Amino acid sequence: MNGPAHRMRRLHKNGVRTRLTVFCILALALIACSLFSEHLCPYDPYAQDLENALAAPSATHVLGTDRYGRDMLSRVLIGSRTSIASTLSLVGIIMVFGTAIGVLCGWNGKRLDSLVMRISDMFLAFPGLVFALAVAGILGGGLHNAIFALAAISWPKYARIARNQTLALKEATFIKAARLSGSTGTEIICRHILPNIAGPVLVTGMLDIGTMMMELAGLSYLGLGAKPPAAEWGSMMSDARSLLQTVPWVTFAPGVAIFISVMVFNLFGDAVRDYLDPKAGER
Amino acid sequence: MSNVEGILQYSHVDICYNRIPAVCDVSFTLEKGEILGIVGESGSGKSTLIRAAMGLLGPNGLVTGGNIWYQGINLPDLSVRAFNRINGTHLAMIFQNAGSSFCPIRTVGSQLLEAVRAHERIGKSQFRARAVKLLNKIGFEDPQRVLDSYPFELSGGMNQRVGIAAAMLMRPEILLADEPTSALDASVQKQVVEEMLLLRRLFHTSMILVSHNIGVVRAVADKVLVMCKGTAVEYGPAKQVLEQPAQDYTRTLIAAVPVLRRS
Amino acid sequence: MRKYIIQRFLQLLPILFGITFLSFAMMRLAGSDAVEELYSRTGTAASQQVIDAAKAELGLDRPFAAQYFTWLGGMLTGNMGVSYITGRDVFDTFVSKLPATLLLTALSVLVTLGISLPLGVISAVSYDDKSRNSRSRLCRAVTVSVDDLIRLLSFVGNSLPNFFVALLLMRLFSLRLNILPVISNGVTLRAAVLPTLTLSIAMSAKYIRQVRATVLEELHKDYVLGARARGVRGAVTLWCSVLKSSLFTIVTLLALSIGSLLGGTAIIESIFMWDGVGKLAVDSITMRDYPMIQAYVVWMAIIYVLVNLAADVLNYLLDPRVRRGVQME
Repeated sequence: MNGPAHRMRRLHKNGVRTRLTVFCILALALIACSLFSEHLCPYDPYAQDLENALAAPSATHVLGTDRYGRDMLSRVLIGSRTSIASTLSLVGIIMVFGTAIGVLCGWNGKRLDSLVMRISDMFLAFPGLVFALAVAGILGGGLHNAIFALAAISWPKYARIARNQTLALKEATFIKAARLSGSTGTEIICRHILPNIAGPVLVTGMLDIGTMMMELAGLSYLGLGAKPPAAEWGSMMSDARSLLQTVPWVTFAPGVAIFISVMVFNLFGDAVRDYLDPKAGER
Repeated sequence: MSNVEGILQYSHVDICYNRIPAVCDVSFTLEKGEILGIVGESGSGKSTLIRAAMGLLGPNGLVTGGNIWYQGINLPDLSVRAFNRINGTHLAMIFQNAGSSFCPIRTVGSQLLEAVRAHERIGKSQFRARAVKLLNKIGFEDPQRVLDSYPFELSGGMNQRVGIAAAMLMRPEILLADEPTSALDASVQKQVVEEMLLLRRLFHTSMILVSHNIGVVRAVADKVLVMCKGTAVEYGPAKQVLEQPAQDYTRTLIAAVPVLRRS
Repeated sequence: MRKYIIQRFLQLLPILFGITFLSFAMMRLAGSDAVEELYSRTGTAASQQVIDAAKAELGLDRPFAAQYFTWLGGMLTGNMGVSYITGRDVFDTFVSKLPATLLLTALSVLVTLGISLPLGVISAVSYDDKSRNSRSRLCRAVTVSVDDLIRLLSFVGNSLPNFFVALLLMRLFSLRLNILPVISNGVTLRAAVLPTLTLSIAMSAKYIRQVRATVLEELHKDYVLGARARGVRGAVTLWCSVLKSSLFTIVTLLALSIGSLLGGTAIIESIFMWDGVGKLAVDSITMRDYPMIQAYVVWMAIIYVLVNLAADVLNYLLDPRVRRGVQME
């Protein structure tokens, strides 16, 4: 019965591959949007036009204007640079940093391992956002500090995954064989361990993008992330919240932008997971 | 329509999982009080075959052709509700890993009570007496303790025997055993095999024993069905099939296992 | 029983110790100029002498380790110093605002459970059912939509930032329908509706998925098949075995998600002007009131750790595998 079962798996994989392609294109489109946002903006996102303030959405201003008469569409587009780029760099940082620590701990074991794992236990036993608030509060506002705060609470998850995978791999026969044939630790880590743990780490990272984007926007909303007048979705919403009753689009446009981006990245993350780990996808 | 002499009759049964055939055109008849052994390598469709009789094919399995006759009923046609009525009372099953066929966080006794209550109204003490009597009959030393245990507190062999007791609680006419000895070590295997033979003596239960262990099948079966890749390659009296196999496949299968003598 | 609790608590001690040390260290590293900032805020140009005196009064001139242990001792006795801004006792202020946050958290947890337990279980069962051997195609199509609908809802909820949900709800219920207050003017149940709803929407979206995955995993276990083979009805197995087994995971996951809830209250309390510790923390952060931030971080961590301890104890009472000291596999 190998044949039919194999065929089914391929069928499943084909479906997932289509999904992966579609969401990958969408995610890339979002990233492209953020990279080339200044060329896409119909107006200068920082140009004030007080005569035309708080204009309702129309043909000239598709998403209306804010209280300084700045074009909302342009601001949402330019905001994507801050929001998407900073989220991606945040996830990139914690992925690399967390994995490096995890692999080192798993490979070296002993004291370093138990010390770092105790520390990561501590971070995991801590309500994450509370800590991020504190870090952002101490360092003061600003996008970089917000990224640092979120990175500080998120690395242990990756370190955990990388460590456990490394520990398991260390005992695998092919690693032992590589060791016997005289490969050095660094060689084995680069050639065998990293490629093997890339999958789970990548999946976790992809699934984290959405959450991180929301938390970053949340910190900005509280005034602990990007500061106005810089266009960032969270701070734009916070800026406009007093206008909620009269001109809701100024608040909702960036909100919808966050919603769409988070959804696209979540769907993309799901697709990556299903592609790399078909068993988890059944649920 | 149903065969007069056979108690369970498979005729030209096809079974598919997700529209991919797993069992193709298998026919056999189980007589009253008979033990039929089904052998074959793993993945040959042995377990699928007997699970079909109890509607346990799972989410994706379906009997797509042929009939399974039992007392004039075609089993694949039954609804889930109808299966609930005959499962346990007319047909019962023992699993490879009986311990995991019980919920780990409830006592064995409470789950046996639940099984009996699914079919009849019975008081707690009444049930208790009946369960203790049955457990004693098939050789348990401390039935009370077994009933109050959680599955994880019993050994593998003990769990397997409890599984057999659970299956026999309602005096089913047919006992379907799905690799009942495969997870056990040799000495416990023997105990379980003897218990099954004891059941036949006590209750005249008909049995189908699915196993890839030819030795166990040789020790208990009256007839043998050999499965290969979803089809039946050989079917006949145990002695004939196992000693003068007509098919090459059967021969290789038998040659692949160490010989055990019938006690 | 008592031994188990003590044992679990001892395991948590180093974590608590680490958390207090970390938050203290961070505050001190950043907070040395707090006094100067305090004076610069009031607009008076203070002489170095005045600043030193103020630092000595706050104990900021002593060595680091000494400061930590004094602070730790004070913290354990409820003496956490005075606020840099208001000059009031930090611990008293914190305790006076805590009930509002606890009320909000408790309500949110209850609403979350009320939403996500039934939906998660229904979702799992309908996913399981739709693939069962029901031959009617119509039946399959209908059940597909129940599971898919719930999953869609939880997916949408997962992609909405909670402050956006807060603003949406505010616009709908307060500004459009005019049935609930925009911002709370006190800790009342009426004022709690919107913040509770916001927090539970975000939490339910996550939790439904977890409940569904847990129940599905249980439904795929062998004992469900075993019960079917014994003729036990599916509903009986679901109620007596599957849900009972899922309970442990569900309780543990709930305790874990209370962590994100405690963080989430900070944003939501500020939006709705709910007078709890979350809003207090955000206000303190903007005003750099370090003792206040410290109190918030440490006490939130303690509450969180205690909640997890409670969940462990609950599991101990419920789960025979833990209680009888035998671990499966």
